[in-house]
Amino acid sequence: MKKDRQKVKRLLKIYMEKPELAALVLLVLLIAVFQIQSDGIFLNANNLRGILGILPEIGLMVVGVTILMICGEFDLSVGSVFALMPMVMAVLLADGLPFIFAFLIGTAVAAMIGFINGYLTIKFSIPSFITTLGMLFIARSLTIVVSGGFPPLLPNELPTWLFTAFVGPGDIFRMSFLWFAAVVILMSLLMNRTNFGNWVRATGGFLPAAQAMGIPTARVKIACFMLCSMLAGFAGMIQVLRLGSPLPSIGEGWELQAVAAAVIGGTALAGGVGTIIGGVIGAVLIRVIDNGLVLSQVDANWFKFAIGFLTIFAVVANAWLGKRAKAIKLET
Amino acid sequence: MSTSIISVRNVHKWYSGVHALKGVSLDFAPNEAVGLIGDNGAGKSTLINILSGAQPASEGEIMLEGKPVKINSPRDAMDLGIETIYQYNSMVPTMSISRNLFIGREPLKYSMFGLGVMDRKKMAEESVQAIAGAGLHLRSPDALVGELSGGQRQGVAIARAMHFKSKVMILDEPTNHLAVKETQKVIGFVRSLKELGITGIFISHNIHHVFECCDRIVAMARGEVVLDKRTEDTNMKEILDVL
Repeated sequence: MKKDRQKVKRLLKIYMEKPELAALVLLVLLIAVFQIQSDGIFLNANNLRGILGILPEIGLMVVGVTILMICGEFDLSVGSVFALMPMVMAVLLADGLPFIFAFLIGTAVAAMIGFINGYLTIKFSIPSFITTLGMLFIARSLTIVVSGGFPPLLPNELPTWLFTAFVGPGDIFRMSFLWFAAVVILMSLLMNRTNFGNWVRATGGFLPAAQAMGIPTARVKIACFMLCSMLAGFAGMIQVLRLGSPLPSIGEGWELQAVAAAVIGGTALAGGVGTIIGGVIGAVLIRVIDNGLVLSQVDANWFKFAIGFLTIFAVVANAWLGKRAKAIKLET
Repeated sequence: MSTSIISVRNVHKWYSGVHALKGVSLDFAPNEAVGLIGDNGAGKSTLINILSGAQPASEGEIMLEGKPVKINSPRDAMDLGIETIYQYNSMVPTMSISRNLFIGREPLKYSMFGLGVMDRKKMAEESVQAIAGAGLHLRSPDALVGELSGGQRQGVAIARAMHFKSKVMILDEPTNHLAVKETQKVIGFVRSLKELGITGIFISHNIHHVFECCDRIVAMARGEVVLDKRTEDTNMKEILDVL
């Protein structure tokens, strides 16, 4: 009897300490509310198709931002890179370059921006908030400069289907969702199963200890900045292929939505704490709210209110749960 | 003196005009617990930073078991068997005990260019052994370090050093910010190093702590060694006088 109670207590403690728990509970609740409010339309195939079709675009960005935040840094330039990478690609494609080379060069540009963000942040030990705030403006400006004011038309014979075609039972997913799922699985494995993931957590969790244990913290951080930038660029490319035209204004304000999603999913602003799956739950929540408010015929201007409320609520709930979990004493 | 595990020869350190170490030479015998004391700015932290690879020496030589060695990074020091436990604690509170034990030295199943997949089974098994080996009683290696008391954390740090078979363990003010009972635990650890064949260098402000657990006492002041005696041949007054 007593042993059983200890077991239950231990399980309870483990789950309450999971930072993504609060977001998951909220997500389930919200889906239920929207399903009722919309008279069962919310969860039908058509609507799910709409949600899942757009989810990967913010989702990929959130995955990168989450990893970077676990590493103890911050990237405000992702929204601009989201627009710049596909614009670079579009210009190259218009010049007749094959898709794969345009893709590689676009990704290299995104990686370069991540590298600059990381290098400047570490070399001059300035907060990444400042470096990437600067980069937000620089990359956005470059997007418009590169386009020459008139975004080029995308050529017709692109492998667009590889990212936007509908697949799966009832054509419920776009291909982009499969890319997203693959990235989520890969990045979760990277964070949980590899020594690199361990170093990212240590670097963000307590920098002096990580350095004392011989971890190349500068390189780990720069790698995370580059990964974050590349994922944002990839997400932008998917959106451009879906819309069929590169607009210089896409992704504006998304950097903060991505941070909100990561935080809602339990990632700590101070670093060291967070999970990829938490970030994904945060991203799903944002998409669900956006869509659900429309379906429930609520004024769409409440969307940002809801995101803001959720961000604060999730952090408060997490802090509360964490405190309760700590109070559960187990035999030591 | 071929028996010294670690020897420091005429080491100097300048910090932009400040002469922090003025030709320090010291020998540490295997299995010896040495207390290193001195006021703030006496140069003891600088000496320790040089031995642990956090800073390079400006001049001088370090020998490990008679052979000259270069220590350019914390990793070099760890690979040579010199483990340092810092006053601010060398653990990441947001990570589990087992992950902390292996930070930077994770056992890998397969790897490329030093990056790879961790052998989590091995990590779990070895961390249970390491914790038990240090005489710690902890619930599970999956508990977060942040939930441990200060003394327990230092215990885990010491378990880590023992697990990686370090020859020299440097404890940089390990008793700072600890409660009395916890301090006693850490002092117990330093005493037990002897039985494990590990040389301990114990840095402290607190002369009482040093007298309690060290065989030999080295006092530093103004970048120089001002006293170096067996514990039984000296007393607190003599040390306070030279500082």
